Amino acid sequence: MAGLMAGYGHYTHAVVRGIPASLAKEALRSSQTEVDLAKAVKEHEAYVEVLRTRLGLEVVELPADESLPDCVFVEDAAVVCGDTALITRPGAESRRGETEAMKGALKDLNLNIVEMTDENATLDGGDVLFTGREFFVGLSKRTNQRGAEILADAFKDYAVSTVPVLDGLHLKSFCSMGGPGLIVIGSSEPAQKALKIMQQMSDHRYDKLTVPDDLAANCIYMNLPSKGHVLLHCTAEEFPESAKVLSPPSTFSNFVSLTIKHIHPQSWQEGPPSEQPNWFSGLDLKSTCLCCCSSCPGL
Amino acid sequence: MKLVVCHVTLLDGTDFTCEVEKRAKGQYLFFKVCEHLNLLEKDYFGLTYQDNHDQKCWLDPTKEIKRQIRSNNWQFAFNVKFYPPDPSLLTEDITRYLLCLQLREDVASGRLPCSFVTHALLGSYTLQAEIGDYEPDQPRPLDFISQLTFAPNQNKEMEEKILELYKSHRGMTPAQADTQFLENAKKLSMYGVDLHHAKDSEGVDIMLGVCANGLLVYKDRLRINRFAWPKILKISYKRNNFYIKIRPGETEQFESTVGFKLQNHRAAKRLWKVCVENHSFFRLNAPEPPTKARFLTLGSKFRYSGRTQAQTRMASSLIDRPAPSFERTSSKRTSRSLDGAPMISITEAGRESAENGREPHLELHSDSKDHDKTQEEVLKHQASISQLKRSFMEAPPPSPPQPNQWEKRLTSSPATIRLQQQQVSLAEEIASVLFSRQTDIGLYSTAKAACIFPEPPLDAVKTTSSAATTSSAAVCSFSAPQRPLATLSTALSATEVSVPQTEAATADNTTSDTKEPAKTTEVEIEETVVVQEISRAPKPGLVTVAASPPAAPSAEQEMREQEVKVQEEAVVVEEAKPRKEESISSESESEEEAEYHPYLPVSISHTQIPEEKEEEEEQEKQEEDKTAELQVLASDASSLPAEVIQPAEETSREEEESRKEDDTETEETEKTTNAEEEKEVERETEESTDDPMVTPDEAPNGLTLPEEGVTVIDAHAEEEEEPKMNGEPSLIEAEPLPQVICCSEPPVVKTEMVTISDTFAAQKTEIATKEVPIVHTETKTITYEAAQLDGNGDGEPGVLMTAQTITSESLCTTTTTHITKTLKGGLSETRIEKRIVITGDCDIDHDQALAQAIKEAKEQHPDMSVTRVVVHKETELAEED
Repeated sequence: MAGLMAGYGHYTHAVVRGIPASLAKEALRSSQTEVDLAKAVKEHEAYVEVLRTRLGLEVVELPADESLPDCVFVEDAAVVCGDTALITRPGAESRRGETEAMKGALKDLNLNIVEMTDENATLDGGDVLFTGREFFVGLSKRTNQRGAEILADAFKDYAVSTVPVLDGLHLKSFCSMGGPGLIVIGSSEPAQKALKIMQQMSDHRYDKLTVPDDLAANCIYMNLPSKGHVLLHCTAEEFPESAKVLSPPSTFSNFVSLTIKHIHPQSWQEGPPSEQPNWFSGLDLKSTCLCCCSSCPGL
Repeated sequence: MKLVVCHVTLLDGTDFTCEVEKRAKGQYLFFKVCEHLNLLEKDYFGLTYQDNHDQKCWLDPTKEIKRQIRSNNWQFAFNVKFYPPDPSLLTEDITRYLLCLQLREDVASGRLPCSFVTHALLGSYTLQAEIGDYEPDQPRPLDFISQLTFAPNQNKEMEEKILELYKSHRGMTPAQADTQFLENAKKLSMYGVDLHHAKDSEGVDIMLGVCANGLLVYKDRLRINRFAWPKILKISYKRNNFYIKIRPGETEQFESTVGFKLQNHRAAKRLWKVCVENHSFFRLNAPEPPTKARFLTLGSKFRYSGRTQAQTRMASSLIDRPAPSFERTSSKRTSRSLDGAPMISITEAGRESAENGREPHLELHSDSKDHDKTQEEVLKHQASISQLKRSFMEAPPPSPPQPNQWEKRLTSSPATIRLQQQQVSLAEEIASVLFSRQTDIGLYSTAKAACIFPEPPLDAVKTTSSAATTSSAAVCSFSAPQRPLATLSTALSATEVSVPQTEAATADNTTSDTKEPAKTTEVEIEETVVVQEISRAPKPGLVTVAASPPAAPSAEQEMREQEVKVQEEAVVVEEAKPRKEESISSESESEEEAEYHPYLPVSISHTQIPEEKEEEEEQEKQEEDKTAELQVLASDASSLPAEVIQPAEETSREEEESRKEDDTETEETEKTTNAEEEKEVERETEESTDDPMVTPDEAPNGLTLPEEGVTVIDAHAEEEEEPKMNGEPSLIEAEPLPQVICCSEPPVVKTEMVTISDTFAAQKTEIATKEVPIVHTETKTITYEAAQLDGNGDGEPGVLMTAQTITSESLCTTTTTHITKTLKGGLSETRIEKRIVITGDCDIDHDQALAQAIKEAKEQHPDMSVTRVVVHKETELAEED
């Protein structure tokens, strides 16, 4: 707890999972666009490579599971904060099986595992925004009140505020942390509304960085000893306007900005669990960045 | 003096015993405890007691202990009341230590939830602070640790973790360990959050958390809403409903009100009080002056009476004593023997025995020696000790001993502290109340007389003051509780004291200031019945003070029990008048609702803090929805008392006039620009014919009320539809105005009707109410009027110069202030008309409300006189609850 914010964004490990072939046809998605599986796999590989070599994270790669078409989006399967990992109970029934492998991986990282066993609870990691000081949990199609309660129980030190997500899949479909005390937020009305709610609910003050495209607001911030501040965000190709806002000259003068190619129309995300003082990140549909995080054993 | 033994459980689990006089105030005991603890930064702390319903309540320092605890169980606990958001800003280690003790208890009991790791970390700092460095050769440290309670669900794993972390703290001093403990504890999301059970508008169970930043709403463990103090315009409660009025957001146009249901009215009141106190403590620079800006107050005048955080920090920065040495006993969580060797027992058992066997650190203080002294002596003694202890004291203790010199270092700190101490020795019998009242009066008139006024005014002033005196006396001697109107009228006439706006005004102020010390009487009111009396009183007639004995008590009135109380109340109202601080201490506990405005509107800065009744059971039978309208026509200073004054005044008026500001002036400016005449243009058929009939019911004090001071009280009942009774439109605004009857006979006309009132439901805001839509209503209007005014003012219409209307609205009250200025033959007159609509479902003490309103009006516009007051009341007769 000491130096709450100081350790924010510090990760050592990233958990990712392969893309199953079933992703193209069977994965849940919000748009009808086709997924170019080959391209997705390629992008994902590139992404993992960035995590591993450019950022120096220890990447834990879980094998894809054909019976779990959405398994690549690891972000939803767990929430890691401090030395505790909460294994979620994803809102989509077809995804519940994804947590098994995740649980094993996090256990191996020496995290305290808390499982969400309540059958009335659902929670997708994509609805959980940890700011370093508190949690915001989006109440969405995938996450319910009970799920949020269990999360609050798992992380008692922190305030857990709920934010209705009326539009979009997840809370983090339109926002994420762009740095300590900095919220990156999309400019759509629902996104701005959600931000207002978060501001009202918080005892803390956050800076905000508004990007034109909601999907571009899904970034991953890291503070790595060897690299300094790092922000993984969308490419200029994908969201030219948003990328401008996100690239170093504007806000993050001392940031290393890494752009990650989008996987394809259908995006997906992956998030891994994370660790140390923080959350993992991940992306949501159509988002570009993948997240990664690492975990380190215990205190 | 009867002495009572108080037992105070301290934060380290020890019991502190001391004797206090039966009539002692909470503050007295609190100071004793602080002295025992050697604590200077005491504003963060308070004493709690369990009420009859086993609820933990804060002991109000300004009130008698006996009246609060309502039982013979003089058992208290010393606790942290305001958790400093940044404990590192505390000045003394001893203060931090006490805060640590509280937090350790909070954490161990689960009140302050934290994670496994945090539990372990806090536990390790606790060990470091309490027993010093880890001794590697200590046998079986885990056994030892397991005897301490660190967490509600402590287990071996946690204890191991604690031990591991504890080892790493080697070399840390106890003070450093405490600091680290606090640094971690303060970040916990529930740090300093005082939780209250409630239900939302849909009946869903929620928790309301009051903290330094505002009000938090939790459902289960989740925060579902948050209202920062700056967002809150008003906090109020009515019965078991608790409301907050929210400032409109950037995009919203209207204020919104959020309501919550609490278990019962006591819970609502408790929550409300905590809010008032937390807001005051953390957000204000100085406690709000209780009556200063208020115009009309209903219900409780409860305010936070201590120092604010800002003040206490300031005071702390001046502490310049060597750090007091104190022993860090491991708190009641442990049962260690004195040498630190672990006792073999399970944790819980160990805890128990610890409580019994704890050794209070008596070496620091021995209070027993004070036991046979009177409180005053003790206080003196304390004061001198304090003086010795603190070299930074500025002045010797004043003759009425102060509990602690420190208190008075802050000039802005409420005078209550001083007051109470004086009050300790005052008998609270009515007789003594009367006595002191008379004393005041004496002072008052004397002072008045001493004022130098230009020529004629002098007489006028004298007259006036004597009028005031009389009326005050009337109040004092008021013994016919059945006749609330009498109270009103007397109060009114008292406020009518008009002062020429020249030096007189200042003189007046000064006078009242200087006499403050004299009026220390505090009468606590526990019940309010007056309202009912009014509402049901079959027109006891306008209580003309005209020396004629009051109308015979009506049957209903006779049925009322608390005559004495009424009487007391009347006295209080009077008392409070000249002295602002008084209202702090004269909190009435009897109302069922209360309001608090964290933000004072600039234009009309009334702060209303009505409070509820504690005796709900008796009082709740009747649910009332009342509207009290108060129209105060303040005309120039002395106009009221006697026309004689006029000439002199006019001159001054004219002078003032020249520098008079334009209509843009708000009340504030109004206040400062002394000489402005008021003229209510719209007031047409002024009942100049009304005979001044207001006189004291009795004149046991030998005082008589001169005609000049007479007011006419006119009361009548009115339906909601506002039937024109005797047709006397009294208000300017376009809105439907209550008709005012002016008659010298039964001024109270009661119309009782069965109506379907949706207003009532409408007022309930978001709270789903179970109230039946059909209510019987009864309405009344009471008009108080200064007789002379009619003669002098309204004859000629004059030229309207400016007119201005200010409206301020809040949940239960709507205040409309209409200021008009007219030019009449070279003279300008300013007339301020205020209309306050109070909506509430509790018993409103009209008399008190009115008296208070007048008093406040008077305070706000010392240069003006109140010429007319109309109280219009609408009561629901439907019983409920």
